[in-house]
Amino acid sequence: MTSEIINDSSAIREEGVDDLIRPREPTSSDGRLKRLLTKKFIIGAVVVLAIVLFGVVGPFFSQDPRAINNIGLTPPSSQHLLGTTQIGADILAQLAYSTRGSLIVGVSVAALTLFLSAFFGILGAYIGGVVDDAFSLFTNVMLVIPGLPLVIVIASYIQNKSVFLVIIVLALTGWAAGARVLRSQTLSVRNRDYVLASRVSGEKTWRVIAVEILPNLLPVMSSGFVFSTLGAILAEAGLSFVGIGATGALTWGTMLSDASNGQALLFGAWWWFAPPGILIAILGAGLSLINFSLDEVINPRLRVHKMPKTEKKVTAS
Amino acid sequence: MTTLQVKNLCKDFRLRSGMKTSILSAVKDVSFELVPGRTIALVGQSGSGKSTVARMIAQLERPTSGEILLDGKPAATRGGGLKRYREEVQMVFQDPFASLNAFHRVGHHLERPIILHKIASGREAVRAKAIELLERVQLTPGEDYIDRRPHELSGGQRQRVAIARALAPSPSVLIADEPVSMLDVSIRLGVLNLLADLQRSENLGVLYITHDLATARHFSDHLMVMYKGEVVEEGTPDDVILHPQAEFTRKLTMAAPEPARNERFLRAAKNYPPRTQGSTAVEDQPRGVA
Amino acid sequence: MSEKTPVLSVRSLSVDYLGDRTVHAVRDVSLVVGRGEIVGLAGESGCGKSTFAYGVNQLLRPPALITGGEVVFHDRSGQDINVLELEKKDLRAYRWDKVSMVFQGAMNSLNPVTSIRSQMADVFTTHRPDMSRKDRLARSRELLELVGVDPGRLGSYAHELSGGMRQRVMIAMALALNPQLMIMDEPTTALDVVVQREILTEIMRLREELGFAVIFITHDLPMLLEISDRIAIMRAGQILELGTAEDIYFDAQNDYTRKLLTSFPSLTGERGDFIRGSASDRETAVI
Repeated sequence: MTSEIINDSSAIREEGVDDLIRPREPTSSDGRLKRLLTKKFIIGAVVVLAIVLFGVVGPFFSQDPRAINNIGLTPPSSQHLLGTTQIGADILAQLAYSTRGSLIVGVSVAALTLFLSAFFGILGAYIGGVVDDAFSLFTNVMLVIPGLPLVIVIASYIQNKSVFLVIIVLALTGWAAGARVLRSQTLSVRNRDYVLASRVSGEKTWRVIAVEILPNLLPVMSSGFVFSTLGAILAEAGLSFVGIGATGALTWGTMLSDASNGQALLFGAWWWFAPPGILIAILGAGLSLINFSLDEVINPRLRVHKMPKTEKKVTAS
Repeated sequence: MTTLQVKNLCKDFRLRSGMKTSILSAVKDVSFELVPGRTIALVGQSGSGKSTVARMIAQLERPTSGEILLDGKPAATRGGGLKRYREEVQMVFQDPFASLNAFHRVGHHLERPIILHKIASGREAVRAKAIELLERVQLTPGEDYIDRRPHELSGGQRQRVAIARALAPSPSVLIADEPVSMLDVSIRLGVLNLLADLQRSENLGVLYITHDLATARHFSDHLMVMYKGEVVEEGTPDDVILHPQAEFTRKLTMAAPEPARNERFLRAAKNYPPRTQGSTAVEDQPRGVA
Repeated sequence: MSEKTPVLSVRSLSVDYLGDRTVHAVRDVSLVVGRGEIVGLAGESGCGKSTFAYGVNQLLRPPALITGGEVVFHDRSGQDINVLELEKKDLRAYRWDKVSMVFQGAMNSLNPVTSIRSQMADVFTTHRPDMSRKDRLARSRELLELVGVDPGRLGSYAHELSGGMRQRVMIAMALALNPQLMIMDEPTTALDVVVQREILTEIMRLREELGFAVIFITHDLPMLLEISDRIAIMRAGQILELGTAEDIYFDAQNDYTRKLLTSFPSLTGERGDFIRGSASDRETAVI
């Protein structure tokens, strides 16, 4: 136990030593950018970019995803590269449109979430006092309202749910956690000397927030953005799968839902349910990889110090 | 010629722990007057309230009671009045690694106050003024420093940038909150001497806040010792340090390492030629003026 | 001091930090510490003084790497231990038993969720497994008394103690196994001057009583002058000057040493390198 304590403290100190020996770690944007470009990040970015490209460009080159054909459920062929659904619709075309649909939902929800959490988190924490109390109370209330039941309630009131409505509901139920993270970050940043110094220089409040505080929250915010994109895509897929998603839209969730209703599993029609499932998984993995590398930039302690490969040579010499 | 007056300044902090609230009196009844060209040193240990005094004067913290007067008029706390107050009263922070925003270049930190206080207008003029400020704090040539990022500078250079930023609006009062305590010892004197130089050339009133009695003695005209929020003793530095009256001051002066009065070194002095004695080994200095 | 038998001999120790560009943190440093001697290691941030201390105790982790040199510990029993060749179990036994350390932030490395008593007992359960529960408690009380903390505080938790008290507890823990050498890395830097003085007095008294040697690392040269027998001035990974405290104070040979000395204005004496006088002699000041 004791030796563990000692080792621990030495680890803490070693960071200190580190600090002393080297010029301080670059913390500026270019230094961070350099540290961001890890293998993890590059793989994640390539995967995500490929899927985005497919979602953006795919629909222009594919067939009509809703065209009904009486050939029915057919496996992949040269006519239909990924086969057809029960009603003969081309699955590759459906996949392209669904990718677009899911990505739109994900990015829109993430953008809205980011805006809401930044507004309530950063502004409340910076102004402090009553505003902060009110904002955090509201945030906490929103935090405990579960998204799924809320959507079910809304679904029972509205018959024709547009994608837009789904986006709004997901954003409204999803921003609170991010706001809390941003609030705590802002609380720590707003009392840093450079923020105080800019106040002493006479900067106006909005400029202090926008120019001095916001840049330092960017890593946290971008990590939050990536995270909520992924969360929204999964949530939308879940909603659509249980049949309370947007009506008439095409997303990965609706594809899976259709496949399940069309008893694709029973017929062994893997070409119907596998592609959207795989895309969800790959996109999730890609976004997570990006998120991990963002986290490592934000929190250097997560980085693993690897011994350079030259170690043995050095000891030998 | 602007005089800063502080009258009966008090600050209470409300501490919330669970359901209980307690009140911590961080600063109790502090008064002093800072005239141009003079330095007041505020000495105290951590938690003595000395930094809270600095923050209140810099209007980063509201006093619970008491007054801050600039030329006899109460300091404005908002709007244009506050801006004019900030033109007169500026502050240098303790930690030069924290007081510059790592996200921005050196130039940003200097150009903003120049623009805000309308010292110069137009891109080129503002930049020229920023370069001039850098050179005033002996970062020459200024062009070499203005586009660097804070992490590319040493601690001493950063603190010089921070001083330049405080000088940008041509203030008449400068609050220096432990300006050298985070710096390496061999560069501390350089920065302090720079502050002393600037004070003379700009006729600044300086409030020098520190935990180090020795530099306070050499750097100030008037010394105030703070303990638990109160000023327990004040007077000329030599009076306070060489003949301390308050119990706490006595403790403080006795605790400070000082080989010059240590028996062991007094005894050993006989064995060494007097020329090279310790910290007074500077030839071109007139001896014994202090 | 040199006639004393050595407790630790370091010969040409070198430590590198491997990275994009390798930093030679400690370069070819040799130092002999006599039994019961206080050796001060003075230098500014980045001079390698901490790295040296960690290297001596084999506490460095990648990317720091010992690239050369030898560290020999001369045990009380007459046995010589080659520290850099120790492996896991022996190294662990060596560390707290023969050489203990007190760090700058040590007071913050106390575990916040267990009491002082159980943390002190841990030292004994690890290194003296056959000690009885009763003996452990008795020894813990004795140690606290030794460093001037009321043994009644054994049941306290770290946050209930002041910074100075916590540092005393850490010193008590470092003393627990009666080490022959203590390495103290800025043990008082985070403390106020008055508390710092108390702790230093305590360390001096304990050294007198127990006869351990100390390597004391700090940037505060005046403080080092008062407590050390010998002082090594370090810069850029090398020892520039090594001598008795008196030699360093009165007769420093190296320019950098002299610069360091003049960097601390005297509290009661003359002005030194300080250009600004009091208001009366401002006119005469040299700019």
